[in-house]
Amino acid sequence: MIYDLAVVGGGPAGLSAAVQARVRGKSVLIVSGDVRDNALYKAQRVDNYLGLPETGGGALLERFRRHAQALGAQWKSGRVLNILPSGGTFYLGIGSDMTQARALVLATGVVRTRKYPGEEAHLGRGVSYCATCDGMLYRGRAVAVVGKSADAPEEANYLQSIGCRVTYVSDRVPEGLEAAIPFVKAAKLEITGEAGVEALRADGRMLPCAGVFILRPAMALADLLPDLALKDGYIAVDRNMATNLPGVFAAGDCTGLPLQVSKAVGEGQVAGHRAAEYLDQL
Amino acid sequence: MATIHLTKDGFDKAISSGTAMVDFWASWCGPCKMLSPVIEDLAGRYEGRALVGKVNVDDEPELAARFGVMSIPTVLFFKDGKEIDRKVGVMPADSYTAVLDANL
Repeated sequence: MIYDLAVVGGGPAGLSAAVQARVRGKSVLIVSGDVRDNALYKAQRVDNYLGLPETGGGALLERFRRHAQALGAQWKSGRVLNILPSGGTFYLGIGSDMTQARALVLATGVVRTRKYPGEEAHLGRGVSYCATCDGMLYRGRAVAVVGKSADAPEEANYLQSIGCRVTYVSDRVPEGLEAAIPFVKAAKLEITGEAGVEALRADGRMLPCAGVFILRPAMALADLLPDLALKDGYIAVDRNMATNLPGVFAAGDCTGLPLQVSKAVGEGQVAGHRAAEYLDQL
Repeated sequence: MATIHLTKDGFDKAISSGTAMVDFWASWCGPCKMLSPVIEDLAGRYEGRALVGKVNVDDEPELAARFGVMSIPTVLFFKDGKEIDRKVGVMPADSYTAVLDANL
């Protein structure tokens, strides 16, 4: 089906936008990465959200999510890899799946994606951002998984299960990684090779491999939607939370400071409202 | 004209002269499904001027290996049989037409 609105991000801004659009009768799909990567989930205690002091971040997020889902917003877990406007709708690539929507609210949170040396040069020649998309092309070969997102160990397990020889690389100890997969603790990474990837250099140690799967919580904004206008690294929006692209709105931490729940919820409310109005005019 | 499905047997002959654009894809790849209507549209728009083809990497693993396709979708461009450019991932139609138009 083609949704009226796709919301990219399941944090307070995205959920607030989803609630507003549902109240106005629009079909809504929320696409969210792993909840453990959400900034609010990680907040032990929130004391500055009006009327709900001394609340745990995870509990608050859960209440927001239940509210949106109770109103009929659909939820899909996954990482949006890219968005393609085509023929009046937006195609969203979500892992190895895709969906379509007529309008978008981007609520990705702050996306920190400083690329590794060699990453850009080897994209599509050994560097991949999607285990379920490209894993089959690496069966029987050595691959490195760079685990930056909470669900990266699961994706590493998947790659191992289809026959890749996986090494898991991260600066923190993974949870849920299969015992058969070696773990290399490293922070400074470089992707090396001539025509294609030949090795991952991890804190100076060479790990020979044909592929490197870099699994971050979210894609860089410039890679997600190439023509999207940014300002100081955040998405440029106006008072209606509209971006430079028709039908694309943004809300929450991805639009800039302050990175607070109240601001995210308020911006999400405006974005959901304006997106519904935009849809009414189509 | 519909998109031409290329196999390893006819591949070299198909791209041997003129401009060609070949989409490497698979049925289990979501981004490939996003790109599919774009490729179909270009096949129609460039009919008679450029070959627009598709290679299913599951059916044609030799072709994928030969051209070092390690991520899908990947679109390769050829001029008289030689690879001149490639685009990895889903791109707007303009980025493909720019390469085609410069090499017709």
